[in-house]
Amino acid sequence: MTCEDAVKKLREAFPDSIHEETQFRGETSLRIAKSSLRDICLHARDRMGFDYLVDVSSVDHFGQEPRYEMVYELYSLRNEFHLRLKTEVSEDDNTAPTVSDIWPTADWHEREVYDLMGIRFIDHPDLRRILMWEGYPYHPLRKDFPLEGKTTEMPGVAFSEPAPLAGGPFVTIPTDGTTQVREPRARHAGEIPSPEKFLAEP
Amino acid sequence: MKIFFKKICRIRHLHDDANDGKSIRPRGSNQAMRKFRLAARKQENRVSRMSTTLSPVAYDGKIEGNVIFTQLDAAINWMRSHSLWPMPMGLACCAIELMAASSSRFDISRFGAEVMRFSPRQADVMIVAGTVTYKMALAVKRIWDQMPEPKWCIAMGACASSGGMYRSYAVLQGIDHLIPVDVYVSGCPPRPEALLDGLMKLQAKIMKEHSVTEQKKELLENL
Ligand code: SF4
Repeated sequence: MTCEDAVKKLREAFPDSIHEETQFRGETSLRIAKSSLRDICLHARDRMGFDYLVDVSSVDHFGQEPRYEMVYELYSLRNEFHLRLKTEVSEDDNTAPTVSDIWPTADWHEREVYDLMGIRFIDHPDLRRILMWEGYPYHPLRKDFPLEGKTTEMPGVAFSEPAPLAGGPFVTIPTDGTTQVREPRARHAGEIPSPEKFLAEP
Repeated sequence: MKIFFKKICRIRHLHDDANDGKSIRPRGSNQAMRKFRLAARKQENRVSRMSTTLSPVAYDGKIEGNVIFTQLDAAINWMRSHSLWPMPMGLACCAIELMAASSSRFDISRFGAEVMRFSPRQADVMIVAGTVTYKMALAVKRIWDQMPEPKWCIAMGACASSGGMYRSYAVLQGIDHLIPVDVYVSGCPPRPEALLDGLMKLQAKIMKEHSVTEQKKELLENL
């Protein structure tokens, strides 16, 4: 079986739930409905040999609706091909079905998504934070959370303070300019870096 | 007198140049040679006597045998600074260099600090090597609190000293926000030599401390 066959069969099995198919550099992505995510995953694992869940990640499309997106990377070790499933999660609902009973590896991946993005997984066996401490009030990978952090205080457990960013996060811009152009200390939205703005390099 | 002075000068010269591998021999008769040797010996005696009497650490007298007179501070500080048992707080990549420092090529045991203690109750110096996240920060503080006095702290690397490149919501911006740091070692990561240099700086700092201040205070309060 090749990847095309697999996708074709999947589309035949779930004609209404697969909204979109994208090809990019030999990788196939399917945009699917959240309600049939578990069915599709089970089908993919049991009938099509996707025995390996490579990664679970989430994207924050801040300012758009639906705001979040879950991304599942499947791989078939038997047939040696890769498939990406994407599904949308709206901000109001903010939940997704767990796949941790289908692929146990999803357990910690989903905990990480919950910790950093705040999406809750229905029927997850142990939905606790995994990187930040229990009781931390924010979800730091959301786009509206500042990189330097916010003040929190949990006596005896942990605290946090905003980090000094010295004018902004350290960024790299793809240009053919000098280091000071490529890597300015501070950059503001919409600003186009120009060599004159910075000191000449020796 | 003038000649003698000149010779002394020459001897000084000889001593100075000895390191360069050049040696200047006085020209002249055997007698001049003998005189030169005599003067050189005198000079050496003078130097060695001077260094003994001025030494702050000890006076090992010929008459008293192996009895050594010294100051209490000097003796205690000497012992403390040469048996610094580290508490290795290895939290990130710097810990690899810390391990390298304690292995044979760099050999931290030359400074008496090879006895890595994984129990804080047996440690003297906490070497914070790595990125201190907020989640870990209070654990580091707790381990620090469990170490008995006197204790010191070395912040090894940019992360432990200032948060390093991690200007972010998750990383404590320098362990000195929580515990007092004696020596900061720069680098990302610092080479083992840099850590050894930091250790020597700490030793020098300990040698200048008043070792029994706390005990004296207690004694005075009890009186
Ligand atoms: S200072 Fe550099 S090497 Fe050391 S822990 Fe931080 S990032 Fe790693």
